[in-house]
Amino acid sequence: MSVLLRTEGVHKSYGGVRALDTCTIEVNEGTVTGLIGPNGSGKTTLFNVITGYAKADAGEVYLADRRITNMAPDKVFALGIGRTFQLTRIFPSLTVMENMLVASQHHRAGARKRAIEQLEFVGIEGYHASLAGTLSYGQRKLLELAYILVADPAIILLDEPAGGVNLSLVNHIAARIRELNAAGKTFLIVEHNMEFVMGLCHQVTVLDSGTVVAAGPPDIVRTDRRVLDAYLGEDLEDSDEDPDPAEGT
Amino acid sequence: MTEQAMEPGTSTTGRSVLKIDGLVAGYGGGDVLQGVSLEVAQGGITCVVGPNGAGKSTLMSTISGLLRPRSGSMVLDGHDLVGRSTRQVLQLGVVQVPQNHSLFRDMTVRENVELGAYILSDRALTARRLAAVFDVFPQIAGWAGQKAGSLSGGQQRLVEFARALMLEPRLLMLDEPSMGLAPKILRTVFDAIRQMNAAGTTILLVEQNARAGLRLSTHGVVMENGRVRLSGTGREVLENPEIGALYLGGAVNPG
Repeated sequence: MSVLLRTEGVHKSYGGVRALDTCTIEVNEGTVTGLIGPNGSGKTTLFNVITGYAKADAGEVYLADRRITNMAPDKVFALGIGRTFQLTRIFPSLTVMENMLVASQHHRAGARKRAIEQLEFVGIEGYHASLAGTLSYGQRKLLELAYILVADPAIILLDEPAGGVNLSLVNHIAARIRELNAAGKTFLIVEHNMEFVMGLCHQVTVLDSGTVVAAGPPDIVRTDRRVLDAYLGEDLEDSDEDPDPAEGT
Repeated sequence: MTEQAMEPGTSTTGRSVLKIDGLVAGYGGGDVLQGVSLEVAQGGITCVVGPNGAGKSTLMSTISGLLRPRSGSMVLDGHDLVGRSTRQVLQLGVVQVPQNHSLFRDMTVRENVELGAYILSDRALTARRLAAVFDVFPQIAGWAGQKAGSLSGGQQRLVEFARALMLEPRLLMLDEPSMGLAPKILRTVFDAIRQMNAAGTTILLVEQNARAGLRLSTHGVVMENGRVRLSGTGREVLENPEIGALYLGGAVNPG
């Protein structure tokens, strides 16, 4: 399996705060890869560096063999990396269809037909004439996904697709991702909902303090001591005592 | 349940200051708290931990009157808290130290601490309380004349604690006091929490550093998805392997 997206030793600081520290990840082509970690571990910053919304202080980003480090967001998008945001970015005063046509840009013949197909796929075709601003939070996420699909990117980065949406919609979104993945689409997903991540992803990469502490299949990662340490925090009291025998090696 | 070894806050009487039962609360359409039941032991430190979105901060907002519960009960020493305003809850002795820094930066440390007693009109009482607070935190007395804005993040946290003690709270609620602090400073803040508890203050602590928080506490509660999933002594919860599963999903094999 070939590596479609990778970062190599990325550093990024904001003021004195190191958001990413020698951050190296790989996303294999055709996989759904999860990116998890406690609050403030650098997940969204890494998305921003990959997609050109933040500049890396050091390190490289590659899409397949092409170096894309610090390229502008539109260039990164044109090269095949689609991305959604934690807080959706749509045009609220345009209709759902108009949003889709903006995404297709060229007004090619058939743009409308394709837009309808994508809206049908995510399940909001019934709202094509509604103003995007009237959609529910979950529907906006679906519109954002449809919007990205128009460009047919090689890899899709989703920032908290299950955040703040109800359970049936979470399942609906998971099913759409599975279907796209079965058709060959690669995903990198930041998400706090662990059931969603562990049930959907082939590989999971765990960040803590801007660096990768574990990477592998979900069942391996969630039993990894370093991952538990990242989530439960440092025990200030017995850091220099003998390790708990139950903790293994 | 077997007797625990001597742990912090051994002065708990077994009596509960706060009893919460079946609490349901939320914003807009959804319920964040989906039937939370817990008790806060008098004289102890009760630590609430849990992954993002578990409802920890919502629980605090509901207790302090910022958010009205949809159902369930909250009783503080015989007083029903449901439906009371934030000021009424404060007057009953529930004081909250918020997550974000909240001192007046251009005022002195002493003035900031004194503001904690703004609902008291007795100046002599305020002076006695200030002296008592400086007894608990002698280090703060040394900064009394400095502008609060000149203090480090960890020092500001201590002054916020001191300010909260001015009302001699029946229940002191601390919302993620370690937020944004370096590990070294964190230790100072946790020591300060211990100092306040040793001086007799009952504490309800919400903490994202689950291990450090539970280690410090007499009682531990793990929330997940708006419900209490685990509870017991701080140590029992800390050593329960299920805690990992609650954070990471699925079964955690500690071996």
